[in-house]
Amino acid sequence: MPDAPGLELIAQEVNTRHDGAVLGTSFDRGQAALIIDPDSAAQVLGYLKEAPGQEYSFLASVHAADYLPKEPRFAVHYELLNMARVERLRVKAVLADPGEGLLPEIDSVTEIFPTAEFQEREVYDFFGIVFRGHPDLRRILMPEDYVGFPQRRDFPVGGDPVIFTNTEDEVPGWTR
Amino acid sequence: MKARDMQRGDLQGEDLEEYVKSRVITTTLDKAVAWARGNAMWPATFGLACCAIEMMSMVSARYDSARYGAEVFRASPRQADMLILSGRVSIKMVPVIRRIYDQMLEPKWAISMGACSSSGGMFANYAVVQGADKFLPVDIHIPGCPPRPEALMYGILKLRNMILNDPDLGWRDQYAAHGTEEDERPWKAGAIPVTRAGTAPSDGRLLADNGGGNHPTVEAAELAGEMAAVEASTSAAAEAAAAAADAQRPISDADEVIGAQGTHHGDDQPEEPPSRAERRGGRGAWGQKGSDDA
Repeated sequence: MPDAPGLELIAQEVNTRHDGAVLGTSFDRGQAALIIDPDSAAQVLGYLKEAPGQEYSFLASVHAADYLPKEPRFAVHYELLNMARVERLRVKAVLADPGEGLLPEIDSVTEIFPTAEFQEREVYDFFGIVFRGHPDLRRILMPEDYVGFPQRRDFPVGGDPVIFTNTEDEVPGWTR
Repeated sequence: MKARDMQRGDLQGEDLEEYVKSRVITTTLDKAVAWARGNAMWPATFGLACCAIEMMSMVSARYDSARYGAEVFRASPRQADMLILSGRVSIKMVPVIRRIYDQMLEPKWAISMGACSSSGGMFANYAVVQGADKFLPVDIHIPGCPPRPEALMYGILKLRNMILNDPDLGWRDQYAAHGTEEDERPWKAGAIPVTRAGTAPSDGRLLADNGGGNHPTVEAAELAGEMAAVEASTSAAAEAAAAAADAQRPISDADEVIGAQGTHHGDDQPEEPPSRAERRGGRGAWGQKGSDDA
């Protein structure tokens, strides 16, 4: 795990190669995170994987988060690991909500990390984030004809209403 | 006229034949068939979640459901009589379960084991069906999270009682689903000359139909019970006789449902699963208060 100054060095390194890619850093509870522009996510991850001195060659996880009502709303998280130094680095690509009827888009990293294929499908399945260049972007866990993206915060939780004894008087047509 | 009050010669020739056919043979055959069915209910090898662990231990030496013939888990639904829904049913699993159930040969029974498959349990979310009887006729609901193997065996014995006491009260009766059979089987259509007592369409329910003291089918049940008692050399036959003696219990007793919430047999039609739009709409009509604020 890079410490806070180490994280700033990485951020500077990335910014010299890909200008403006790093939007910020966060170092919280000993965990280092780069906050990056989604348009350069693939380049940044490729750099962090290949560049001498970085060599975060293992993508441990790809996942997403919905920060509603914060803006930008979505973030795709890449958890990188350097297995030689046992250092972990989190890369967050923040994505704005493009509005009603549109899905946010980000470049796929399956070319760099083949393991991302299924995990990007899962992110698409639950958050509706489209990965450009993904070889087979379709739902992976939910049924293929499912409508909606259930892990978004504005998606209803689901389930059936249950009559409890303290609410049964509010149920229309319910008599004791 | 009761059989024991009859004198030799009261009935002759064809009348006697008709009497014997209608009063004795058919009920005995039905009972024998029900007895065979109720004592050999082979479940399908089908586990859904953690309840399946309890279901598996039901056949182990400690619990040994072989004692009443429910130990042979068949790998093919064609050979299975009973489907145990042991766990939460995700909406992606519904078509699979429905296909397995449809592939089973009739008569067939379904047991909803545990809170999740009966009502959704703690999984009140977008992925899990809130009660398996939304897409499948369920005969027995077993509460518990998970139910112990004893509870599952108790449910199976309830189902067994249901089959023994009321052989034709299957899911087609409960759900008013007659006329949806795949085909007419020739042996059903009269190849074996079997006549039934009574003329009502529900005359298959001989042993549970106690509408009135002078009902002829009750008498037939008594007769069957006597005959079975004579033949009672095994304990199972004695149980069949006891079941016949119990035949005057009302129907609602026979298909009693374990658990307070799962009273499905009052409905004439199975409940339609909610459409996707309804499901996305969130809570039901009366639950909207406060849910939109979130």
